[in-house]
Amino acid sequence: MRCRKCDHKAVINMRQHKLALCKEHFPQWVMEQTERFIRKYRMFERHERLLVAVSGGKDSLSLWDILWRLGYQADGVYIGLGIDGGISYSDTSQRLTEQFAAQRGLQLHVVDIQEEYGSTIPQIANLTYRGQGKPCSVCGLTKRHVMNRVAHQGAYDVLVTGHNLDDEAAMLLGNTLTWNAGYLLRQAPVLPALQGMARKAKPLCRFYEREMAAYALVSGIEYIYDECPHAAGTKSIYYKGLLNQLEEERPGAKLSFYLSFLQAKENGLFNEVFSTGGEADDLTGAGGVAMHPCPTCGQPTTTPAECAFCRMMAKVTR
Amino acid sequence: MPAKLILRDQEYEVREGMTIRHAIQKCGINLQSVLATRDGELVSEEEFLKEGDVIKLVAVISGG
Ligand code: SF4
Ligand SMILES: [Zn+2]
Ligand SMILES: [Zn+2]
Repeated sequence: MRCRKCDHKAVINMRQHKLALCKEHFPQWVMEQTERFIRKYRMFERHERLLVAVSGGKDSLSLWDILWRLGYQADGVYIGLGIDGGISYSDTSQRLTEQFAAQRGLQLHVVDIQEEYGSTIPQIANLTYRGQGKPCSVCGLTKRHVMNRVAHQGAYDVLVTGHNLDDEAAMLLGNTLTWNAGYLLRQAPVLPALQGMARKAKPLCRFYEREMAAYALVSGIEYIYDECPHAAGTKSIYYKGLLNQLEEERPGAKLSFYLSFLQAKENGLFNEVFSTGGEADDLTGAGGVAMHPCPTCGQPTTTPAECAFCRMMAKVTR
Repeated sequence: MPAKLILRDQEYEVREGMTIRHAIQKCGINLQSVLATRDGELVSEEEFLKEGDVIKLVAVISGG
């Protein structure tokens, strides 16, 4: 199979786009498409300062690499979760992230959860009701809080994350199975800034996970290949598997599921719905949800008093 | 010598002459969840397997 652009040997065939590309033209295509999505969804401009949330995985490091190559002003934030799992997961991902930043002369903020809050993520999970054997809920809440904090304190215009299409489609499937109107309302390529919270953008939201792994491989980006030891059996992995079964039979099904959702939303499908509760920490204030600053940390929340993160941390004895 | 697919610590012997895509499907692996590499280089799954080929599959799906 030959590259559509130059007739050299193709290294990837994207059936959903009916497009095969060689190892020179594929990364170039990824960069052009990223630029196109940034403009299409009006995510940010070149004069703005971006903070990229990096985990050491293929998506976030590829994203940082692409933004850097495209000439955006992008610093990184890495959050040390203190997860070991017998594979030194956090240590290795931090080392790879620091190495990536040093190679490119990029600025990286490192926040170590244990240093800052006295306990690692698995310890906090054990100390709070949110634990229940799996630290993912504590982890997600903490990461969101810290990313928002660093973005706000550093006066960044935008907090940028490496969510890919598979992440977005899996989230969408989960939220659709429960018709969680509040979450559906807030799932978007870009969310406007709120008082105390930077704008959020997901420039990779239209790339398949497979394409991002291919970008990292072809670009020689060293990322953490091992999964977080707590990822096995999560819902998002399960939904991704279901969607990939669909994709195998019908190339493009994943992409169309996500894009037709965005289109429906633009046409006003969810305009009248209000939040249906659930975790209220990542709200945008859309849909008539009343937001106010948390009295302890200042981040916007819908809960009447402290935000979910501050309530959780109050339970953790230092 | 037939060709070989390797995914993590699993090895699959497959017949040469078929495409990598076909071989991956025969092993019951979802193509969307892997990328094929040969000698560390990405290869398109539309390529035909040659005798003695060793194809390392890179898992691409992460969760959490
Ligand atoms: S799998 Fe769970 S614990 Fe691991 S990084 Fe993701 S959210 Fe955190
Ligand atoms: Zn080419
Ligand atoms: Zn708070």
